[in-house]
Amino acid sequence: MNEQTLQKLKEAGELFSPGHRACIGCVEVLAVRQICKALGKDTIIANATGCMQIVSSPLPTTNWMVPWIHTLFENTAAVASGIEAGLKAMRRKGTGIDRDITVVAMGGDGATADIGLQALSGALERGHKFLYVCFDNEAYMNTGIQRSSTTPFGASTTTSPSGKTSIGKVTWKKDMPAIAAAHNIPYVATACPSYSADLVKKVKKAQQADGPAYLHVFSVCPTGWRAKPEIGLELGRLAVETGIFPLYEIENGRWKMTKTVQHLKPVQEYLKHQGRFRHLTPDMVARIQDMVTSRYQTLLQKCGIAPS
Amino acid sequence: MSKRRGIEASAAVAEAVAAANVDVIAAYPITPQTHIVERISEIVADGILDAEFICVESEHSALSACLGSAAVGARTFTATAGQGLELMHEVLYVTASMRLPVVMVVANRALSGPLNVWGDHSDVMAARDCGWIQYFAENAQEVYDLTICAFRIAEDHRCLFPVMVNMDGFHVSHVVEPVELLDRDAVASFLPPNRYPLPLHPDRPVTMGAFAPPVLYTECRTAQEEALRATFPVIKEAWDDFANRFGRRYAPVETYRLDGAECVLVVMGSFAETAAAVIDRLRDAGKPVGLIRLRLWRPFPFAEIRQALSNARIVIVCDRSISYGGPGGPVCSELKAALFGHAHQPRIVSFIAGLGGRDILPEQFASMVDRATEIVERNLPVDYEIIGVRQ
Ligand SMILES: Cc1ncc(C[n+]2csc(CCOP(=O)(O)OP(=O)(O)O)c2C)c(N)n1
Ligand code: SF4
Ligand SMILES: [Mg+2]
Repeated sequence: MNEQTLQKLKEAGELFSPGHRACIGCVEVLAVRQICKALGKDTIIANATGCMQIVSSPLPTTNWMVPWIHTLFENTAAVASGIEAGLKAMRRKGTGIDRDITVVAMGGDGATADIGLQALSGALERGHKFLYVCFDNEAYMNTGIQRSSTTPFGASTTTSPSGKTSIGKVTWKKDMPAIAAAHNIPYVATACPSYSADLVKKVKKAQQADGPAYLHVFSVCPTGWRAKPEIGLELGRLAVETGIFPLYEIENGRWKMTKTVQHLKPVQEYLKHQGRFRHLTPDMVARIQDMVTSRYQTLLQKCGIAPS
Repeated sequence: MSKRRGIEASAAVAEAVAAANVDVIAAYPITPQTHIVERISEIVADGILDAEFICVESEHSALSACLGSAAVGARTFTATAGQGLELMHEVLYVTASMRLPVVMVVANRALSGPLNVWGDHSDVMAARDCGWIQYFAENAQEVYDLTICAFRIAEDHRCLFPVMVNMDGFHVSHVVEPVELLDRDAVASFLPPNRYPLPLHPDRPVTMGAFAPPVLYTECRTAQEEALRATFPVIKEAWDDFANRFGRRYAPVETYRLDGAECVLVVMGSFAETAAAVIDRLRDAGKPVGLIRLRLWRPFPFAEIRQALSNARIVIVCDRSISYGGPGGPVCSELKAALFGHAHQPRIVSFIAGLGGRDILPEQFASMVDRATEIVERNLPVDYEIIGVRQ
């Protein structure tokens, strides 16, 4: 992160307070904190059920210094639609807040790519001016590390356990940003808190978008991934450098790499730190490598970069 | 200050929404509620009502969007029926526990399966314990009046609960009747602007929907139950004020020809109108019968029901839904609970009729009276009977 961004982030003040109950080394909660800083105080957040909701709001305490609402697991995009519509109607009628408020919906990968996909799709299609942030820790962590549709191929979770006849999860990660982009919304991006300057920039862009924006945030979960808590940020960097989680944005339909990796590191560099992949045979790792390389090439093409 | 027009009950709901100057409507079409959302869409499209109409992709999202808009302090409305109400189920509970003053009209419909789009009370009965204020309207005028009242009740700071206004699908929702429509100033004088006490607002950040561990959950639930029971006088006050201003009176328990009535029929919903005509006929024939129309379903008017039944010898409850494997009709169960352990113990007979859009004919009400008398006098071991089953 460059000095200037660091300075700005420091000055921004905290909108997510210390004292939350996230696990040691949780990068998801770090992402939440960075995003809150980037959003600023004129923000209203609707949060889905999941780790971030649970760690931040046991009655009678809260970590939220912005107005925040949690209702259910699968409906957060719909709740945000209502917030946006309510603010809009009342502002127009002269009975509401007379300035721009950023309406944010946030949820985990389960809340976003699985149970809440319909509500999200509806809200994106309707064109509400809001930002949806998916914190992708690649499983249902809050309920005990069950697989989701964004759990990567081969990962062992409590509902896709590796075993004598099982390799762990047998399907590939759902391409959620592409699904969001298929709604032709003005802004879609991936981000990772290991690259905070990039993350902050994208939040600001999303905030300015003239319509729905979608941010897919890679959120390392040492607990669920069975990794050492001190290497969370390092794992995020490795995910980007191996091409497993590329950083890009789609602005008004134009795809753009925001961090192009010239020489991808072997995926094993990333996989080897995590217990969820420990059972993988060299064969399986090779399959993952092939898939990652080919998906990265496709992405480069979409971004108008000649494949290397 | 008012005009009379022949309109469909569903259109009357839309007129009430416009008269109440609603800010946000989020709804999803389902028979027999569709005319409500279509008419509201037109009213918004024509600029008659300045509101955001959110065309959500499901009822689950409809009520969820309503949660959001009510939480920022917007006056909020939705409408649904049958399967739609079931799809909202978990959101219903949250709306109530978060004390968000959403108003919803339900055009009551049977539940699948088998699929049936016509009216009965299965939908609302499945949502009975969700914590909303729930009441019934019997015709177009009532649903118009009671929808306007619903906003006043819901948003009253002594209340702050969502309100569900029920009307029978098709039997009310699709009927065209003369309705006296109030002008907006008159409605505004009855219905003050919505000032939700602690909305989501960046200048005063609040956390809504925190979770309660076991040490606090019981207290949260107790507080909610006490608060819901305490809405009773607020509901009555709103209805009384409505009567004083506009002349039409509503009460939690409405009685008809109860003086000297030994046998009392209890009906909730539009079939009470048929039942009233039958009561007239039987009275003319010298039978001591009367009628209770149960208007307020939640919070349940225990004391009023006991009072109204204090001279009855036989009570006949006509339900429009079944509690499978249970005691028969849900309204009847409630009534039994209301009377159990009290000094005056009439005999209570449970009938179920009018399922999935089937009419309850006048002669069926008349034969309920005869059959109930027979059951009581011969002391027959009958839990409940379903009326008019074709063999
Ligand atoms: C309707 C419903 N089904 C299931 C659950 C249980 N549940 C709560 S959170 C959760 C998983 C959350 O996973 P994700 O969205 O990925 O968030 P994370 O905890 O991983 O941050 C599940 C299954 C629920 N609360 N509601
Ligand atoms: S389980 Fe994972 S995502 Fe949840 S708080 Fe712990 S580290 Fe963070
Ligand atoms: Mg998750």
